[in-house]
Amino acid sequence: MTHIHIGNYIEDFINWLTRHFAPLFDIIKLAVESVVNSVESILMFPPFFVVILLIAFLAWKRTGLGVTILTLAGLTLIWAMGYWEQTMSTLALILSSAFMALLMGVPLGIWAAKKPLAKKVIRPVLDFMQTMPAFVYLIPAVLFFGLGKVPGAFATIIFAMPPAVRLTTLGISQVPEDIVEATRSFGASPRQLLFKVELPLALPTILAGVNQTIMMALSMVVISAMIAAGGLGETVLKGITQLKIGLGFEGGISVVILAIILDRITQSFGTNRKKALHS
Amino acid sequence: MSKIKIEDLTLIFGKEKEEALSLLKEGKSKAEILEQTGCTIAVKEANFEIEKGEFFVIMGLSGSGKSSLLRCLNRLIEPTSGKVVLDQLNITSLKDKELQGVRHKEMAMVFQKFGLLPHRSVVENVAFGLELQQVPEEEREEKAKTVIELVGLKGYENQPTDALSGGMQQRVGLARALANEPEILLMDEAFSALDPLIRAQMQEELIDLQKTMHKTIVFITHDLDEAIRLGDRIAIMKDGEIIQIGTPEEILTNPTTDYVSSFVEKVDRKSIITAASLMFEKPTVAIAGKDGVEGSLRKMRVSGLTTLPAVSVDKEFLGFVYLRDLLEIKSKSHHVIAKAIRSDIPVAYPETTVEQMLPFIAENGRAVPVVDRETNKLLGIVAQTSLLIETTGTSWENVTGNAIDHLQNEII
Repeated sequence: MTHIHIGNYIEDFINWLTRHFAPLFDIIKLAVESVVNSVESILMFPPFFVVILLIAFLAWKRTGLGVTILTLAGLTLIWAMGYWEQTMSTLALILSSAFMALLMGVPLGIWAAKKPLAKKVIRPVLDFMQTMPAFVYLIPAVLFFGLGKVPGAFATIIFAMPPAVRLTTLGISQVPEDIVEATRSFGASPRQLLFKVELPLALPTILAGVNQTIMMALSMVVISAMIAAGGLGETVLKGITQLKIGLGFEGGISVVILAIILDRITQSFGTNRKKALHS
Repeated sequence: MSKIKIEDLTLIFGKEKEEALSLLKEGKSKAEILEQTGCTIAVKEANFEIEKGEFFVIMGLSGSGKSSLLRCLNRLIEPTSGKVVLDQLNITSLKDKELQGVRHKEMAMVFQKFGLLPHRSVVENVAFGLELQQVPEEEREEKAKTVIELVGLKGYENQPTDALSGGMQQRVGLARALANEPEILLMDEAFSALDPLIRAQMQEELIDLQKTMHKTIVFITHDLDEAIRLGDRIAIMKDGEIIQIGTPEEILTNPTTDYVSSFVEKVDRKSIITAASLMFEKPTVAIAGKDGVEGSLRKMRVSGLTTLPAVSVDKEFLGFVYLRDLLEIKSKSHHVIAKAIRSDIPVAYPETTVEQMLPFIAENGRAVPVVDRETNKLLGIVAQTSLLIETTGTSWENVTGNAIDHLQNEII
């Protein structure tokens, strides 16, 4: 029996891309690298306790006492275990990838909300991006950008973008029709409608998308340690490859702590706003 | 010169609009067109004009196409064919930017569901229209505050809108529309979402506002009582067609179709029917200075009446004279009737409604004289019976044995 090898065609396509668009990939690599590196150096520049206090302060401002204590204790534990640098490296990669994912995802989401045709095209692509096993993205990422943080960020952006697009579309299409109509009746241009009405009203939903994007970025950043993106993922990976249970769990616990803090803080931006609207 | 002119306006919903439109021109019915093309005729060949400063009400049940028609005026919905002309400007052919200009300056809209921005305060909502026109913040807030005071929301400026009651929210909606200083107000079932007491109050306030604003108002409602209360003229819509246009009184007294009359039956006529349409003209009168006591008594004898309205030689209304008073002054050898005239009689004007005249029955126990507001000349009298008939809703035909010509006998 002969098999159909779609994989061959994809391989040919990726190879063709790498061959013909090498300069473009170099530019992208440079841009992404500089973003990731600058975020990382910002996080690494001050002494660890300053960063801990700053994050704890943010947690205190946005959430309750519980999350603040958890932040203080958790980050101190990470430092005490000796994973501060890895954690900051992971955080930098998460924040910069999530930022870039949002930079592309939110406009795409707006576009999909405005044009039914765009929605028809974007939706299956998003489904594809989200359901494809995350590891698969690592292969073209390496072919395009070699090893290191940039392919890690690339794979993360692709993996983390769908919720940003989806929830932006959802948020905008949920803006009540009567408000949109009223806005148009007062002579709003499409741009005014978007920026003065639709985006502000969709913001809680979009922020829920931001939260999900960051959480997905976190999971992908850990995986991308397989292509030498470094950070906590590397620690976990070492634990697996060398069968060091302790190392693996220490890395894992650090990831969990980081995840909880990121989740609670980003979630608070969406819910606080909702509360403010309904009070 | 009319303010808004609607010419042959047709609105079709569906995919095969062109085909539906040509079928419509062939005279096919809505049902046939729906079957052949799957298109719905929302508005069918509407033709009418709205005068400057007029309060124009479009009334119809849900699905009659009234809200769609209103949205064609500022093109929130694009009409399929026909024209909307504002002053000399053809709205239907405007480009996007020009249309935005018209929506900025000429027409502002008030919505049934308010359509306020929940993330903004009252003053920010009211200033929203001006903000879209890029009016500087200070100027627009100042304007907004003036309008907020006008609609009775002073003190609520910085409240979030969703903390307000429905009536308050609609005041914000109205203020937002007024802040733009438009020539035309489009009001889409503006009071329908409010509870009856608040609604009546808002109607009254709108009438008061209109007395000073003199805007051209196009008001949509499904409630004929509301239409009659507010409208200078009413257009009644059914299945996308305008079936009658007229003043409230014309619609009530002369419905052209059964559909309209079926509505009219349920309406409370007391507040619409006026003295002018009820009064009995050229009643027998006693003319002071001409008819002496003897003359007046003779008129009473001839007409069989015991009371006559007394007027001056210039037909100015003076009061009523009663038979027993005349007999009394006659016995005192008076010859002029002046002393017998009872002048403390409340009078009605031609525009006085039945509702306003009802208390007069109790006071006079007699007919209600109708006089000209300026000259005080007697125009006619309204019979008690007429008032009672209008109040109880019995029609003239049901009043047996009394031809209208003979009514004066019974009433005075």
